[in-house]
Amino acid sequence: MSGDGMANAERAQPVLTARAAGLVGCAECGHVYQLGTETCTVCGKRLVSRDMTSLQRVWAWLFAGMVVYIPANVYPMLRTTTFGNTQESTIVGGVFELMDHGSYGVALIVFFASVIIPVSKFIAIAYLAIRIQRGKPGTASHFHLYEVVEFIGRWSMIDVFVVAILSALVQLNFVASINPGIAAVSFALSVAFTMISANSFDPRLIWDAPEGKPV
Amino acid sequence: MAYHSQMTDSLSDMIACPKCDGLHRVPQVDIGAQARCVRCGTVLMAPREGAMTRIVMLSMTALILMIAAVFFPFLELSTHGLGRKSSVFDAILAFSDGLMLPLSFAVAALIVVLPITRFVALIYVFAPMALGWAPAKHARSVFKFAEHIRPWAMAEVFIIGVAVALVKVAGLAQVTLGPAFWAFVGLVIITVLKDNFMCRVTVWQTLNARSPS
Repeated sequence: MSGDGMANAERAQPVLTARAAGLVGCAECGHVYQLGTETCTVCGKRLVSRDMTSLQRVWAWLFAGMVVYIPANVYPMLRTTTFGNTQESTIVGGVFELMDHGSYGVALIVFFASVIIPVSKFIAIAYLAIRIQRGKPGTASHFHLYEVVEFIGRWSMIDVFVVAILSALVQLNFVASINPGIAAVSFALSVAFTMISANSFDPRLIWDAPEGKPV
Repeated sequence: MAYHSQMTDSLSDMIACPKCDGLHRVPQVDIGAQARCVRCGTVLMAPREGAMTRIVMLSMTALILMIAAVFFPFLELSTHGLGRKSSVFDAILAFSDGLMLPLSFAVAALIVVLPITRFVALIYVFAPMALGWAPAKHARSVFKFAEHIRPWAMAEVFIIGVAVALVKVAGLAQVTLGPAFWAFVGLVIITVLKDNFMCRVTVWQTLNARSPS
């Protein structure tokens, strides 16, 4: 262990894992026990060397997230009424509206948070899960991909909060009012499901060599 | 260094990286320094001077700011002689009609309830230890719970949402920022600072060392 051990971590170096040493490490607090010990005495977590059921949970939540992402894009996210005219806009429609107003920076933020990030998350999680199922040992870059996915997921909620704030703020009777559309619900669900999917991942699986060749 | 030699040490001298299972010998880490996993770079130990006191202080500050943020007016909108003040509470109630009611509960949980729960839980876990006492009853399960809800406490995401919303209505009407907005900004900064002082594995080691067993 060292402070600067990261620089050459790109290609996984031969590190002795707890599993290869016949031990099991706690995924919560890092304490080490003999393989076969059931619960961690420090934090009370159930000890599993590799959570093989985690991939099933990852896939299930990922599919749920992808399915509800479809209505999130088809149905309106916002209903804007100005002087009696009602306009409905979807997620992508909202981005174009912002661009019409000339707010390219904000349009970019919304486009990133509601389209680019969710879609790349679907792809990244599926890619990592498929690699593990094919038994390919990962490198530090695969692990960093996982870290990014886990970190960035919550930021997709921005659009839901924007809708909530706008609907609370812009209620000026006839002049202008904004109300949330049903897509807000399915978008929020999609973000939550993908977050659960990423959290279900056991990152220790990413590093593993195929069965029989413990690294 | 990574652990390569024969298994002669006792198990409590070792630590397995929670993210990649790499086995390490528990090192001597100076105050202010960090020990990272050689394979994946995850921070394993990061002892800080007075970390517990700081976490407790920052959590208390955050709690007070949160109370201010919820009850004071957040944003004020005015156009054509019409005005509307809204609080964070109004933003929560935005989804409260009909089908979208569950979303109201979810938003309330994400921006108010879970952050508050987390602050209270952290104070409960760290305050007795900061005073030099033994950890409170159930401190371990409370800390585990606080770590569990961490990704779902989204106060800082909400602030960026506010910024985006402001730009969207800027053309439509004049918007004034209320005191609650600044309370929320302070809250976000405090949350980030506080999480910087916390290293999960270090906390578990301290909890373990100080618990009467």
